[in-house]
Amino acid sequence: MFICSQITFIINSIHDKLSIWKGGRTLEAAIRFEHVNYSINHLHILKNLSGIFPKGKITTLVGPSGAGKSTVFRLCNGLRSANTGKIFIHGKLITDYHPVDLRRNVGLALQSAPMIDGTVLENLQLPLQLQGKKLPESEAKHLLQLVGLDNSFLHHHANDLSGGQRQKVSIARTLVNRPKILLLDEITSALDRVSQQDIENLILRINEKFGTTILWITHNLQQALDVGDYTWVMMNGELVESGKTSLLESPTDDRVREFVKGDGTN
Amino acid sequence: MTLSLVFVLIPILLSKTLNLGLEKDTVIAVVRSTIQLLAVGFILHFVFNSKNYIYIILMIILMIVAATHNARKKGTSIQGITWKLVVTFIFIEILTQGILLGLQIVPPTAQYIIPISGMMIGNSMVLGILFLNRFTAELKNHQDQTELILSLGGTPKQAVHNQLVSAIKASTIPTIESQKTMGLVQLPGMMSGQIIAGADPVQAVQFQLLVLFLLLTTAVVTAILLGFLSYPTLFNERMQFLKERIQSE
Repeated sequence: MFICSQITFIINSIHDKLSIWKGGRTLEAAIRFEHVNYSINHLHILKNLSGIFPKGKITTLVGPSGAGKSTVFRLCNGLRSANTGKIFIHGKLITDYHPVDLRRNVGLALQSAPMIDGTVLENLQLPLQLQGKKLPESEAKHLLQLVGLDNSFLHHHANDLSGGQRQKVSIARTLVNRPKILLLDEITSALDRVSQQDIENLILRINEKFGTTILWITHNLQQALDVGDYTWVMMNGELVESGKTSLLESPTDDRVREFVKGDGTN
Repeated sequence: MTLSLVFVLIPILLSKTLNLGLEKDTVIAVVRSTIQLLAVGFILHFVFNSKNYIYIILMIILMIVAATHNARKKGTSIQGITWKLVVTFIFIEILTQGILLGLQIVPPTAQYIIPISGMMIGNSMVLGILFLNRFTAELKNHQDQTELILSLGGTPKQAVHNQLVSAIKASTIPTIESQKTMGLVQLPGMMSGQIIAGADPVQAVQFQLLVLFLLLTTAVVTAILLGFLSYPTLFNERMQFLKERIQSE
């Protein structure tokens, strides 16, 4: 049994290393979807979804509301499970991971940036506290600096922060687990242009410094073009088009062309 | 006894005069409580005289079934709550009677076992309803917190810890608070009844204190036990939060 699972793992690893994106370039997959279906309450949310998210790159997910983008994230983080199909994370079947290990390796930051009732420090300490460990204050300060917040914020109550500051703390908190994959679900949609720019620069820095694979849901097509290496365009639970982010400038699919014309808001 | 009906006439007359529309419900309440209490009186008379433990056990089973049915009926619930309530009530009964009879605090007779069981199971039922309503409301209102902790690699227990603590506190606080003012604001009904019936007030107080301490234990144990029996139902083996398992009335 163990040998079988090891062989499957090796085959999948080779398969991921040889995953070929449209355009003929060889890319290693951090996440691979194979014929994934997901339904809830008789609602078919993801329909036979297949594709890869390249390792160490920033992939943006765009598409109209209700396309199933957030569901993709929930499946990757293990908060939900696919009804049928397979998802591989770094070549290993997602169901072979212990849920706790999976979630520590695949971090998720949400638009709402939920905070626990407490200070910024307590929020930053949460991921390690869940493991029975303590995040040193110096490390917390270092994280704040990384996301562009002053150390004085450490003892502020999290609920007193502005939207942009909350979002930065949320990202810093996700980074405490040192995830190899970071899922960002519309993290800048409620922010002003300056805060958006700050967060974009921060994510680019994280990607460059740690080689973290980033998946980023955005409704802002200009943002997708600015930060993304690759892009998934999703509609009605299907992956309509995927490839280099430049595909948004000259889409081949009529639906994507129509969507891009509407500036990603339809 | 017949004269006590004067106290029924007062609310009916007031309701009629002020057009409150409470007459029908008042009459139904009076008729029902009279029939139910008389029936219980006759049943208890029979059980006390028979001195047969089978009847005591049957009475306790009946109380547990009625309490479960009532708690299940009220407010929000969690999938599969029925057996959890049954387990809680049985545990409360075994715990309280085990201590009382084991330590020979009260004699093992129907006169003691049945009324005390009624008080404990009744209190446990009210606590159960309070706890479930609060716990499900907390879970619904803080779903983002639950999923945040799970998404950071927390366990289901860690994910609902705050909601559990909040619901346990909220449901037990009324019991604790009412005991703080006991004797100052209100005289407990059982103690008052004993004094009216001619018992020594000090002895009545001693017995009332025993009941109060039992109620305190029942309140805390019910909320904690029900909480720890309930929360695992809300997650699957992949540690995913299944909010659809919280049912509305």
